Amino acid sequence: MTKAKRKRLIYNLITFALVIAAFIILQSMIANKMISRSLKGQLVPICAWIVMAVSLNLVIGFSGELSLGHAGFMSVGAYTGAIISGWLLQVYEVQDTTLRLVLAMVAGGLIAGIAGVLIGIPVLRLRGDYLAIVTLAFGEIIRSLVNVLYVGVADGKLHFSFLNKNMPAGVSMLVDGAKGAVKIKPVATFTAGFVLILITLVVVLNLVNSRAGRAIQATRDNRIAAESMGVPVTKYKMMAFVTAAVLAGMAGALYGLNSSTVIPTQFTFNQSINVLVFVVLGGLGNVLGSVVSATLLTVLPEVLRAFADYRMLVYAIVLILVMVFTNNPTIRAFADRLFAPVKAIFRRSKKKTAGGDAQ
Amino acid sequence: MIFLDNLINGLSLGSIYAIIALGYTMVYGIAKMLNFAHGDIIMVGAYVAFCGLQYWGLPPVAAILVAMAVCTVLGILIEGLAYRPLRQAASLAVLITAIGMSYLLQNLALMIWGANPKSFPRTFINSFSIQLGQLNVSSATIVTILANIVIMVALSLFINQTKVGKAMRCVSEDRGAAELMGINVNRTISLTFAIGSALAAIAGVLLCSSYPILQPTTGSMPGIKAFTAAVFGGIGSIPGAMIGGVLLGVIEIFGKAYISTELGDAIVFAVLIVVLLVKPTGLLGKPIREKV
Repeated sequence: MTKAKRKRLIYNLITFALVIAAFIILQSMIANKMISRSLKGQLVPICAWIVMAVSLNLVIGFSGELSLGHAGFMSVGAYTGAIISGWLLQVYEVQDTTLRLVLAMVAGGLIAGIAGVLIGIPVLRLRGDYLAIVTLAFGEIIRSLVNVLYVGVADGKLHFSFLNKNMPAGVSMLVDGAKGAVKIKPVATFTAGFVLILITLVVVLNLVNSRAGRAIQATRDNRIAAESMGVPVTKYKMMAFVTAAVLAGMAGALYGLNSSTVIPTQFTFNQSINVLVFVVLGGLGNVLGSVVSATLLTVLPEVLRAFADYRMLVYAIVLILVMVFTNNPTIRAFADRLFAPVKAIFRRSKKKTAGGDAQ
Repeated sequence: MIFLDNLINGLSLGSIYAIIALGYTMVYGIAKMLNFAHGDIIMVGAYVAFCGLQYWGLPPVAAILVAMAVCTVLGILIEGLAYRPLRQAASLAVLITAIGMSYLLQNLALMIWGANPKSFPRTFINSFSIQLGQLNVSSATIVTILANIVIMVALSLFINQTKVGKAMRCVSEDRGAAELMGINVNRTISLTFAIGSALAAIAGVLLCSSYPILQPTTGSMPGIKAFTAAVFGGIGSIPGAMIGGVLLGVIEIFGKAYISTELGDAIVFAVLIVVLLVKPTGLLGKPIREKV
């Protein structure tokens, strides 16, 4: 086993171990009623945001393209999930909540994936700033479209309608235009969220450490060099983009089925920026970082009222400072000098443990 | 008649987009970055003008001048503090910083002026209307269109005739070579931000004269649409920004009138996507060759 490989394996194991340990601790805390109500209500959203952050990190951190429409995929997933769950309940009278949740999440991921392919084909022909602004445009288009979407169930059938609400008599509305998806029976559970996080981690970590993942990172580091080495750039960028869209769709279904309504304004550009902050603060290309920062930044506003008031302001400053500090050569050199003694200690102790492993 | 009415509204809205798009297109041409915060500078300009008119009792022209001064300083500060340290960085980092800056401005405005929408006071810009046959044209429309033409002509003269304008064109062409020729690149970029921000203040006042609701997010949507307009016309090109802005405004108003009010924004963004796919350089843009 090479050194790099071992390092990666340890990193992946730490990531999984942390997530599983957190789940076990939280579950036992719930069982012993040691957890506050508000925090308990946050558990499923935290799972959804972790999945959002990790999947966005796949696009930004590993494939190097700034996607500003990630919340759009989440809304596609949330709406699909709500429709599927309501349809299964009302038409087929599926009472099993787990089955409904799983089917809704699979459908949410599937439809978001299709949306990802449709959007990816035009978007990934573009580069840099243009790509970012077009993903933003697509996010807004999705939001405008769900704003005028009407879906209802009548006589055992699903009825779709755009713009005008011409529904048959006696219809039971599932999605009601600007009012959003209404009367959802919340079926999402923390366990489902945990399983989704595990799936996400397995998919993303395996993808980035595979041949395809190396190709994706090569296109990020130097598109032209990768292309001249025979890497089909668009194919690999598409792979990352669509995988992220599917995961975001599943997270959206989970998130949507956690409450009784989903409204279009929940998935605006601001929400995409929120996820972007998680990714940037956790570190571009650092999966564990995304998990930790998504958790902390979702819990912090709940715990600290004062932080909640200045949340967006702090996020904005964080975005700017992280970017300036990690990208300015002068500041970076200064920071490296500043932390050099700390790093030296860390390196020495690491060597010791590495030696211990080899025995 | 309704058609003409829509057309004039479209021209007016398009003129506002065009003035905003100038800021985007100049900055993109010279600093090669998408200044996401430009839309929020519009909002700041409108708020300052609002304060000038409402609280400080300034005459309208003075309020606009104060707004322009504040925005100019703001633009230079933003460039110097946030964008200059990233001159050599990857475009992803610069773009994320610009988004952060946009959010910072919105949230500072939220803290200073609050979330409640303010209604922009009436000034000479929107105080009267002219009856042309059956057509009722508001003064805001006329002032906006006139302002657009004046700004466009003045800016074209500035860029093409003055020495500073020449320096700007040089930096846009080849930054390294311009630096070797003794052009102060940093100062030129600062100047670009200053001009763009001053224009944003004017755009803010015009926008709020036509649509008098002012809140911290006022600038973001018109900002993004104006960027669309800049891309539509060909980024980096000043006449392109004018044509793109006006066309986009007309398309938006007609889309809202004849297709669907709710889908107005979606139509504008669909235009952006189609333009980028069919003619990525825009209507008047020059193709950029990629050097390895």
